[in-house]
Amino acid sequence: MATSAPIRWDRQIQRRLARGEESALGELYDQFAPLVLGLANRVLDDSEAAEQVVRDVFAHVWEHPADFDPAQGSMRSWIGTFTHRRAVERLRRDQAPAAGSGNGKEDPAAPPESSSMEEQVLAEATAARVQHVVTSLPQALRETLVLTYFGGRTYQQAARELGISAATAKHRMRLGLQLLATALSTEHTS
Amino acid sequence: MSAPIRPGGPPDHDTLRGLLGAWALDACPAEEAAQVQQHLAGCPSCTEEAGRLRDAAGWLSADEPLDPAPSLRTQVLSRALARRPAEVGVPEYAGAFVAETARLDALLRDLGELDWLERAELPWHGGTEQRRPAEVLCHLAAVDGVVSRALGLTDPVPSPDGGIDLVERTERLTALQRRRGPESVRAFWREQTRALVETAALAEAAGRATPAGDLLVDYGAFRLPLRDAFVDRAFECWVHAEDIAEAVGWPYGPPRGVHIRAMVGLATRLLPHALAALRATGAAATPTGRQDSSYGDPRGARAVKLIIEGRGESEWLVPLDVPAPDAPPLPADTEPVATVAIDGVEFCFLCAAHRDPDRTPHGITGDRSAARDLLHAAPLLSRP
Repeated sequence: MATSAPIRWDRQIQRRLARGEESALGELYDQFAPLVLGLANRVLDDSEAAEQVVRDVFAHVWEHPADFDPAQGSMRSWIGTFTHRRAVERLRRDQAPAAGSGNGKEDPAAPPESSSMEEQVLAEATAARVQHVVTSLPQALRETLVLTYFGGRTYQQAARELGISAATAKHRMRLGLQLLATALSTEHTS
Repeated sequence: MSAPIRPGGPPDHDTLRGLLGAWALDACPAEEAAQVQQHLAGCPSCTEEAGRLRDAAGWLSADEPLDPAPSLRTQVLSRALARRPAEVGVPEYAGAFVAETARLDALLRDLGELDWLERAELPWHGGTEQRRPAEVLCHLAAVDGVVSRALGLTDPVPSPDGGIDLVERTERLTALQRRRGPESVRAFWREQTRALVETAALAEAAGRATPAGDLLVDYGAFRLPLRDAFVDRAFECWVHAEDIAEAVGWPYGPPRGVHIRAMVGLATRLLPHALAALRATGAAATPTGRQDSSYGDPRGARAVKLIIEGRGESEWLVPLDVPAPDAPPLPADTEPVATVAIDGVEFCFLCAAHRDPDRTPHGITGDRSAARDLLHAAPLLSRP
């Protein structure tokens, strides 16, 4: 699945955003606002802060549409990655105001997935199946992934909370995501 | 098995590779994240794995999508537009259509397999249609298609003889889409609504001598300028979204006040025609053309004042007779023969024949029969 071509809709919406079409901003919002709000709310557990993240994310995409690189992944995963980083940054800032432990700047490097209108609908169905895959992961892996991703923890913090070593935490994260990636690639090809 | 990162020197390949899971989850402290990032630039195998894991992590976000409150959309867009103004804005007259199609799409997103099998009831003044949600979408898309035609987009149901019959278009599109799954029909409907907004925005921005809003949209039995057609389509989208929500037992709120106002405004411009139709059926209490100077405004124009309360609060003068094509609007100080006060949302439902004119709450002063005619003419604006 990492090699499929970037999708028409992603490129079109990016071009339209670059041209300053308000209608493209509206479409982007309608498509991804539930994802962005759901993720931000899950990480921050604060609906007001989550809505603030939604405002930030869409303002950023509207101001910097050229930052999206279709060769690196889909619009959906770019927005998901950006949202997660924003939410985690905010969480860590709120928890440790002086620490300044942001995650640094990274390029989202996820493989592409489908995003034309038809494919968006398929993506929603895949999302539902992903939940099934996640719930069938071994308990130890699942709790580590969920605590880290939605809890916005660093791997050291997660290790402490779970009572495991930092090395084990890192290992579980990598293994859990590998299993998830394998299950997903089977989904995509089946 | 994982050596701590040595101060001073860059960590080795295996150490960094072991961090990829944490990195993909945004769970590395800043310094380590930067080191991973740096390493990825020169290590194809780690880059490949990082991409795979990042993508897998991205799917975790699908866990719990949340439907945002409709008001958040306005806030998000206005904040973004304040930071970078639009080059091509959405025309104001398309605002209600944008909002209502987005709300219906959000409702559809949450429909389960069984919900798609429910039958919605679609009342109009001549009866009640029964349609499954996907068939409702076919109906909306078939009528939206007349706007597509006007804008030069592909008509989803081109008629061989060029004639337009909205009922026939709906039947034809429903038959065409019958074999497709409801989600495909939803995608098809949504794509057309988006294309309409985008195309109208570009047409306005092109700055032609005749504004795009003045383009005439041919509905077959009548025509509306594009600016009114968008309001009409928003109105029907909302009303049928209510019908679907009712069928699946979910709550569905009304449009924003500014959009209710636009819908009421369109209805008041069409009401004189509906009043003429009511008289033609012999069901009207007031004959046309009563001209004695004691009745209404001595300058000659007979009108009922419609006072919209609650959402979409506003006041309108509705002429009792169809004005001449180029007639100016009635003077604002026209003395009405009657006033009707009614809730904005209720008035819209009345125009959609979703309410009984005699039972919907309202207040009347002045000539009761003229006011009653107006309330009874409103449902005639509905279509199958």
